Amino acid sequence: MLLRYFVVALLELQNMCLNRGIRRLKDLPVLRILYDFFSSRLSAMTVPPLSTADSPTRTAPSVKPRGDRLQVLTWLTSSEVIAPVVVGILVLIGWELAVRLTNTPPYLLPGPSLVFTTLIQDWHQLFPSLMVTLRITTIAFIAAALSGLLIAVVFAQSKWIERSLFPYAVILQTTPIVAIAPLIIIWFRNNTIMALVVCAWIIALFPIISNTTLGLKSADHNLVNLFKLYNASRWQTLIYLRLPSALPYFLGGLRISGGLALIGAVVAEFVAGTGGQRSGIAYQILMSSYNLQIPRMFAALILTTGLGVAIFVTLTLLSDLLLRHWHESAMTQES
Amino acid sequence: MTFPSAIRLRHVGKTYANGTVALDDVNLAIAPTEFVSLVGPSGCGKSTVLRLIAGLSPLTTGDVQWGDISRDRLSFVFQDASLMPWATVQDNVRLPLRLAGVPKPKAEAAIANALSMVDLQGYERAYPRQLSGGMKMRVSIARSLVTQPSLMLMDEPFGALDEMTRSRLNSDILHLWETQRWTVVFVTHNIYEAVYLSQRVVVMAARPGRIVADIAIDAPYPRNDAFRTSPLFNDYCRDVAQQLAEASLGMPPLADLRQI
Ligand SMILES: Nc1ncnc2c1ncn2[C@@H]1O[C@H](COP(=O)(O)OP(=O)(O)O)[C@@H](O)[C@H]1O
Ligand SMILES: [Mg+2]
Repeated sequence: MLLRYFVVALLELQNMCLNRGIRRLKDLPVLRILYDFFSSRLSAMTVPPLSTADSPTRTAPSVKPRGDRLQVLTWLTSSEVIAPVVVGILVLIGWELAVRLTNTPPYLLPGPSLVFTTLIQDWHQLFPSLMVTLRITTIAFIAAALSGLLIAVVFAQSKWIERSLFPYAVILQTTPIVAIAPLIIIWFRNNTIMALVVCAWIIALFPIISNTTLGLKSADHNLVNLFKLYNASRWQTLIYLRLPSALPYFLGGLRISGGLALIGAVVAEFVAGTGGQRSGIAYQILMSSYNLQIPRMFAALILTTGLGVAIFVTLTLLSDLLLRHWHESAMTQES
Repeated sequence: MTFPSAIRLRHVGKTYANGTVALDDVNLAIAPTEFVSLVGPSGCGKSTVLRLIAGLSPLTTGDVQWGDISRDRLSFVFQDASLMPWATVQDNVRLPLRLAGVPKPKAEAAIANALSMVDLQGYERAYPRQLSGGMKMRVSIARSLVTQPSLMLMDEPFGALDEMTRSRLNSDILHLWETQRWTVVFVTHNIYEAVYLSQRVVVMAARPGRIVADIAIDAPYPRNDAFRTSPLFNDYCRDVAQQLAEASLGMPPLADLRQI
């Protein structure tokens, strides 16, 4: 039991660190180039080339071609990449050597090579479990995105609604999921997957509500006045002003919630402890620890972490793609 | 003045909810097709005057009378272009028509017309971030004139632009004013701009916001660069600057002090 909570804490910590470090991931040139490639494709489809200057007052904006290959090369040889890679390799080598020299048994600490071979060997069991967790995470995440957006729109309709309901959203957020997960699992005892989805949904919901509520209220003050001046209805103001204004905030909320949905799913799986064919990756971690298959536990951990990173990167790319018209960074402008 | 007013502010006072007295007993009559500038130190209530005329916030005392111009033929231009960053140039200009439910063919024609008036043809599908500050302001002006307004309220529209762009847009605005027969209330903190553009320059003072001088600029239109460099222009600028200095200091000028 103690071990179980220790691992939960470890996972949360890991995810927190990841979310912090990876926040800068979209700045990585490789992803930037990928994104530039797609967005230039897209804008080539939607925006026709601007007419070139035919009067001295005009400067036609233009896309500067980027030296993609050159940029990848400079990036690969920059200290930003080399330093962490060297540290990583050194740590792995040190770890492997320490394990071998001290003859540490694998059930206490396996070396990285053993973890890697276990990952390959047990792939056929671990990967389907990962997909189960991914499915739970995805359903919970989409549910959280839709319901969070809806709740935020309701909140934005009246100060009174927001004032009376927002504290309960906070309470929902601050209640530890580990503590309420057993209750939810009892309530949905006939449908474990559903129980796991609900747990993940509860955790993922709050950032979307709070971010989107803030976004809906952050519309440009002058534009709000302009809408008033033109006698816009409440509905028109919502559709044409408040929702578009909230988009960057909503997407920011999504990026946080993606990681949280995964944590929620993993924590709920731990608490549920269900086995069988449809067990998720957390169950694999749990069973490996019970059976002292520590290399396998490490392999499952690596997969979980990888999934967290993949979710974050996907959402970051989606966000950049949707906001490409808003930001200067996507296109260099001549002046 | 015996001719009918387009708008008339009578004993207008405005106290904001936090107790700030923004305006106290402001009286101002603006004739149809007149170009009036409001100048004054920041915080003297220039923006508040425009907001009250536009009905964007309620009056505390006094009233605003409307002459023979219709209240819904009113447009507002803000200091920053205030465009929607997610919408193209033409969708930004379309906004007032969309909100009014104008049918599409009619809207398209009006948008094309408005864009040609500010010399932005060819930029229909550009996004605001692709445009320079001056071009954004042109889009903002196109958006305000797409409804064919009769009253233009402009709150430091060119305050954030460089001198070159500002003087070009000044010429454009004068040209549009002469062809469109607008009534314009133009807020600025730039004396030269006020004198160059206006038939009347109204000087305001702060704490509480009030009108301290009303200077008629008697120079023929169309005005051009020759007017900008004329002695007449200089005289008017000095006149306004002096009134403004008094307004800012809140005390009579040095010459008057000596007489005491
Ligand atoms: N919404 C508001 N609430 C409270 N005070 C305000 C508000 N808007 C403006 N004021 C105050 O009213 C005074 C006049 O403001 P404003 O009309 O914006 O001046 P100006 O445009 O001449 O700089 C200022 O002292 C300002 O701080
Ligand atoms: Mg102002």
